[in-house]
Amino acid sequence: MSEATVLGGQEVVGVGRIEGPIMVVEGAANVSYDEVVEIQDSKGNLRRGRVLEVGEGVAVVQVFAGSTGLSIDGTRVRFLGATLHMPVAEEMLGRIFDGLGTPIDGGPEPLTDVYRDVNGQPINPTARIYPRDYIQTGISTIDGVNTLLRGQKLPLFSGAGMPHDQLAAQIVRQATLGRVAGAPQTEGEEFAIVFAAMGVKNDVADYFRKSFTESGALTRVAMFLNLADDPPVERIVTPRAALTLAEYLAYDLGKHVLVVLTDMTNYGEALRQISNVRGEVPSRKGYPGYLYSDLASLYERTGRIRTSQGSITQIPILTMPNDDMTHPMPDLTGYITEGQIVLGRELYYAGVYPPVTVLPSLSRLMKDGIGKGRTRDDHPRWGAQLYAGYAKTQDIRALASVIGEEELSEVDQKYLKFGRAFEREFVNQAFTENRTIERTLEIGWKLLSMLPKGELTRVTLDEIKQYYKGDDASS
Amino acid sequence: MANEVGKITWISGPVVRARGSRHVGMLELVEVGEDRLVGEVIGLKGDQMTVQVYEETAGMQTGAPIYGTGLPLSVELGPGLMQSIYDGVQRPLPLIEQAVGSFITRGARFDPISREKKWKYTPKANVGDEVKGGTILGVAMETDTFEHRVMVHPDDKGALTWVAPAGEYTVNDTIAKIKTGKEEKSVTMLQRWPVRRPRPFVQRRGANIPLITGQRILDTFFPVAKGGAAGIPGPFGSGKTVTQHSIAKWADAEVIVYIGCGERGNEMTEVLQEFPHLVDPRSGRPLMERTVLIANTSNMPVAAREASIYTGITIAEYYRDMGYHVALMADSTSRWAEALREVSGRLEEMPAEEGYPAYLAGRLAEFYERAGYVENLNGSQGSVSVVGAVSPPGGDFSEPVTQHTKRFIRCFWALDKSLASARHFPAINWLDSYSEYIEDVANWWREKTGKDWLGMRTKAMELLSEEARLSQIVKLVGPDALPYAERMVLETSRLIREGILQQNATDSVDAYSSVEKQIRLLELVLYFHERGMAIVKRGAPINLIHDLPVVDTIIRAKSSVTNEEIDKLDDIQKMIDQQMGQLDAEYR
Repeated sequence: MSEATVLGGQEVVGVGRIEGPIMVVEGAANVSYDEVVEIQDSKGNLRRGRVLEVGEGVAVVQVFAGSTGLSIDGTRVRFLGATLHMPVAEEMLGRIFDGLGTPIDGGPEPLTDVYRDVNGQPINPTARIYPRDYIQTGISTIDGVNTLLRGQKLPLFSGAGMPHDQLAAQIVRQATLGRVAGAPQTEGEEFAIVFAAMGVKNDVADYFRKSFTESGALTRVAMFLNLADDPPVERIVTPRAALTLAEYLAYDLGKHVLVVLTDMTNYGEALRQISNVRGEVPSRKGYPGYLYSDLASLYERTGRIRTSQGSITQIPILTMPNDDMTHPMPDLTGYITEGQIVLGRELYYAGVYPPVTVLPSLSRLMKDGIGKGRTRDDHPRWGAQLYAGYAKTQDIRALASVIGEEELSEVDQKYLKFGRAFEREFVNQAFTENRTIERTLEIGWKLLSMLPKGELTRVTLDEIKQYYKGDDASS
Repeated sequence: MANEVGKITWISGPVVRARGSRHVGMLELVEVGEDRLVGEVIGLKGDQMTVQVYEETAGMQTGAPIYGTGLPLSVELGPGLMQSIYDGVQRPLPLIEQAVGSFITRGARFDPISREKKWKYTPKANVGDEVKGGTILGVAMETDTFEHRVMVHPDDKGALTWVAPAGEYTVNDTIAKIKTGKEEKSVTMLQRWPVRRPRPFVQRRGANIPLITGQRILDTFFPVAKGGAAGIPGPFGSGKTVTQHSIAKWADAEVIVYIGCGERGNEMTEVLQEFPHLVDPRSGRPLMERTVLIANTSNMPVAAREASIYTGITIAEYYRDMGYHVALMADSTSRWAEALREVSGRLEEMPAEEGYPAYLAGRLAEFYERAGYVENLNGSQGSVSVVGAVSPPGGDFSEPVTQHTKRFIRCFWALDKSLASARHFPAINWLDSYSEYIEDVANWWREKTGKDWLGMRTKAMELLSEEARLSQIVKLVGPDALPYAERMVLETSRLIREGILQQNATDSVDAYSSVEKQIRLLELVLYFHERGMAIVKRGAPINLIHDLPVVDTIIRAKSSVTNEEIDKLDDIQKMIDQQMGQLDAEYR
């Protein structure tokens, strides 16, 4: 934060109280709310913090690196007079930073005079452009039935041990701007990628770095790493730093930016920890009452605006504690984001990759990015039909487990076959398989053709005539 | 007009404390800091005041001044509200965008209603008339077809000493003078009203006219009356917002107030970009011309989110006072309740359930009670219908906001995640939902359609609950074990579910169903049931009925038959007659 140091500010020697990562500083006059402070311990080492609350001559400060080694009398605190700002530049692509945005790859500080407040500012709803362009990820469960659009925020809900990192890496590797089915493949502009790791293991960060290197994307990736053994409090800043850069790239430079945030659950825990130390009234599971607003201040930094060509698309990753989707983190995330891709253990154990459980997954913006002139005319109804068919399969499976498959009606047996084929051929695909939208639609129709025509009430009769390939003679 | 009343001593998020004057009023509007951010006094203790600030407080210092205004938090009311988009404290978002760009910065302040724009005004009152609060002085054309009735402020009364001739006026121009005792007062088209105080009316009257939304599950099965209050609770992804949008688009109200309260930015943009292009099926005008939008998205300041509900409902009441039917959508009241909780937490108040303040129920009641079908001060009748979305954490309806909301609404549209997963939309669960307006509006249906709506609705609901019971058995033993008559119930229920309850908001024909089409579809399905039942009771196998081609035709009728060609449903009835007739003959 070279700029912040230059700004100067008042200095206070000695603190009143230290409790966990929170420090109460007395004797400071006219402190600003949310101001950045520089803390010097008795050995002269510097660390940074942020003002959480100010009272008369008292400031409550959160120390990013934790309070280990700070003493009551030997600590000097400098109030820098500004909220947390960071430098942003195009050259930050291809670089690696710590959770506060300081380079850790041995390279120099980014050379720029553009500094931005990490908290950002809310986008005026009238300034937004509603997302309409779909991103082809080459993954059938996303492109076909949970289409991702430029400017959308679509999280991956996963659980410990499931391949969410692989799926995210595959999306990042394969993502191109979608085109109408049948149109020639054009050389699409590549996404700039901003990657933020919060409290994940070093292996995970390494995995992404390797994956970016292999796909030749490393030069267009900026990585912000706050790993599992880094100070948890820093985690609160990490996604904000990443999004600040993303906003600069998208709205100032007009790039299309894909932001991957992993793992939001660790972020939530850091927030809870701070809230706890401050003795705030908790709401559910000890999380602070403002968890929703706080998450929204991250997730809403997504989208497109009228004054820029660029866009920010967010893919946050959450591991659901105990696979519980009603846990406050996935729950509140789902209320803010525009859908969710849910990974399921049952499919995972059955060897299906990616184990996307289609029924609870959803893309809210899908309806506006598909169909005639965008993918293909039949796509929306085709998707609804696949969903409905697969949902019915689940009911029939439950019935079959009671009365046995042999007792099922002929139609129900067809549904069972359809369900199995859906998981094996549609959901399942190789980590390296990049399916076109035509291919995805084709597989879907092949599966629908396993069902009698009379069951297909969501698609039109014309579509049945054109795409249905079954041997069903009825109706 | 603003004097310094204190200096800031403490800041925590949207809540600041200051010390100073003892003359600041509770709920007074204040300006905080050098940037003069908008705030409201929410607590007083000796010379210490607690203020909630409607803008981001980062960077604010202790010792900064607070200015009093002497006024409560109010909205501006007058021509120009329509088609506007405001934040939670009525700041016009398009002007903010023009002035400061795509991001909302602090301290940006503009008049909510344009002072320059001229309105075509025609007086309706004469010099010498005795006027009182609510009396209509004249009309201004707010859009090409919408009459904005300019009223006397509810607190004023007296004799008219002067009225402006017909012409074009701004909201600052005097359009009349009223003499009360010795004082003469100039009246403009603009008035202010404190948001937390309901606008007065003479009396409530019974709510017995349904608010027609064109949504079959709502109108036919769980109607809300004009002036009624309904709640839509549902977990994420169950379609609260889509349902709210559908109501905003198609409800037969003359004015729509849509409050996006702590929700997604893209959703508000969708409304903004879609509504100007959608045509109101009744007036033939763009839907935007009857809509006022309040957008305080989830990342905008939390205290303004708390205020947004009141801003919206005050505007709704203002149009009601003119004699209009207004429908207000609030999406979502849970985010509003969370804003209450957040501010309460910062004040270190003793929490009740799940950290919510103890006054949550009271605030919810105050809000929903502002709905109503009333006789206005000027003798006209108008209504405010309120539809509040609720977002229960984890989809658990036993949480405080859903539970308290249930106490103050009479119509409950329960969204169901499993229906949404099966892409049954609107995912309103017909067994968990209820409406207490059914008896009240039955008369209206009879007069309007000449058909026994109540009887048909009851019959359909019986079939659906019978289906729920039977499907328990089917889950255990399979459908083949059921007698044909019971499987006929399953068949008809499927027709009700897929042919009536399911409605595709994105299909141009299906998105809006006229009342006539709704009742005719229901009649058709019940007719099918009656005929089918007679045949299976004589021993005809159920498969024969299941395989009739007309089944598919009935299910597709919702999107193949437009509202204008309902006669085509008679043809479908003839198909039923013909196909059932054959079976009938075989099994006689």
